[in-house]
Amino acid sequence: MEYLIIIISAIFVNNILLAQFLGICPFLGVSNKLSTATGMSGAVCFVITLATVVTFLLNKYLLVPFGLEFLQTISFILVIAALVQMVEIVLKKISPSMYQALGIFLPLITTNCAVLGVAITVVTKEFTFGAESHMLNLAQAVVYALATSVGYAIAMILFAGLREHLAGNDVPKSFKGLPIALITVSIMAMAFLGFSGMV
Amino acid sequence: MALCLTAVCLICSSVLAGVYALTFEPIKAASQKALEQSISAVLPEGLELSEAAVANQGGQTYEYYAASKAGETAAYAVKSTVIGFGGPLTLMVGILADGSVYNTSVLSHSETPGLGAKCTSDAKFMEQWKGFPANANFSVKKDGGDVDAITASTITSRAYTLAVKNAVDVVKSLSK
Amino acid sequence: MSKLSIITKGFIKDNPTFVLVLGMCPTLATTTSAMNGLEMGLATLFVLVLSNMVISAIAPLVPDKVHIPVYIVVIATFVTVLQFVMQAYTPGAYQTLGLFIPLIVVNCIVLGRAEAFANKNGIVDSALDGIGIGLGFTASLTVIGIVREILGSGSIFGWKFISGDGILAFVMAPGAFLALGYLMVLFNKFLKKN
Repeated sequence: MEYLIIIISAIFVNNILLAQFLGICPFLGVSNKLSTATGMSGAVCFVITLATVVTFLLNKYLLVPFGLEFLQTISFILVIAALVQMVEIVLKKISPSMYQALGIFLPLITTNCAVLGVAITVVTKEFTFGAESHMLNLAQAVVYALATSVGYAIAMILFAGLREHLAGNDVPKSFKGLPIALITVSIMAMAFLGFSGMV
Repeated sequence: MALCLTAVCLICSSVLAGVYALTFEPIKAASQKALEQSISAVLPEGLELSEAAVANQGGQTYEYYAASKAGETAAYAVKSTVIGFGGPLTLMVGILADGSVYNTSVLSHSETPGLGAKCTSDAKFMEQWKGFPANANFSVKKDGGDVDAITASTITSRAYTLAVKNAVDVVKSLSK
Repeated sequence: MSKLSIITKGFIKDNPTFVLVLGMCPTLATTTSAMNGLEMGLATLFVLVLSNMVISAIAPLVPDKVHIPVYIVVIATFVTVLQFVMQAYTPGAYQTLGLFIPLIVVNCIVLGRAEAFANKNGIVDSALDGIGIGLGFTASLTVIGIVREILGSGSIFGWKFISGDGILAFVMAPGAFLALGYLMVLFNKFLKKN
């Protein structure tokens, strides 16, 4: 039951892009084409989940026992940067085809605030289930990270589909490019607002 | 190359450790002050606060602070969390020893702006809790109770009422 | 480039929000009111100026291969300092801005200025650049905050001029995208120089 609440809440109710505003820069940057949007979503899913596991363990077994919580921000971002580098190297060696598909997005992910955002949220925020509220354990944190990145992918791919159609339309000059895209996102966010109160 | 990165990391962490040590006391004082303010806002003046304590009620744990006058416990401030419309809704509820509500205040919420979020600003809704009797029916009028709900925000009002009721139950079990 | 133009370029020519389109996350998330926008802008300004200065000082010593991690560590240090200072002296603002304070680390504006300006200019110029871009960011956030607060809650900097509510959508998520979209249209129409 708790897992279901986490999943629904992370994908729809508190969608990371449309309700929490995390990871907007790549969202606006690479959503021009459906294929790049799909590639970016895949890479983000992978890194968010991996980074959450590593930072969760780092926080629980290193930072908290030694009273080093003040190094949280700095160590998390270093871990994420190192992880992204490692994923890039490993992917290049073991699966060149996947590297071809995701490779160009990987360096961009270090500064994607969705990754750091999820990592920090998992270790600092209490989640509420029914009448109870407590911190997530490792399994729940992984589910939360996965569900959040699925929410990211859904919003990203939907938006890329809309934007491909938008490109062929004749919009006023001042609206061209980002402004019309932002107004489209606004309407999508309004639709996602309908999920609020569900969990 | 690795040396440079290590050096930078070391310098930065020691700078941070220093700043952490410097700001440790002010941070503690600031959060203590915020807590005391939130408690004194819901209790009568001139009471002496005791340390935080924990009570178990209905399978949930509640943090509470007893306040005494001349050695006798006169009131309690209970921190009570429920699920509102948009997420957790946490209240500080001030309750006199006889179980009647003295005042309530919202510590944190994620209700819809302009609708449920009015539980922090709607005067009519907030005023009704002052002196709300212990034996009243803790549910909104729509459900046959004594609580005036916020217009168009029944779910938030229900949650708020439940939070107050839970707090009152905690005090009832404490003074038994 | 004169010292003055280093500062003023952040407002129109190199405006981080409307021209460079960087740091969108805090821009959308924290501008529910004018005051929140202003606070977020100033917090970013603080980190931007200090990290720009330090990075311009150490840039010649840092080997090329590790310069990005080193810059990130420097930026993260100042962000953590900012977290402590805000927790101690402005706990209210720290709570409202929440997650977006630690996330200044990954704000592309800060790393962007380190890469584009601070690592090839002097300390004074880098500080001025940080002030300019930071003020430009603060100004944009405050303007978006003012627009959303006027439309959404019928008030300005907390001072209410209508009784009752505004158009609530503007305080919520969709209004953030909508307000930014239309402000960008106005900016393109009247201020952008091609």
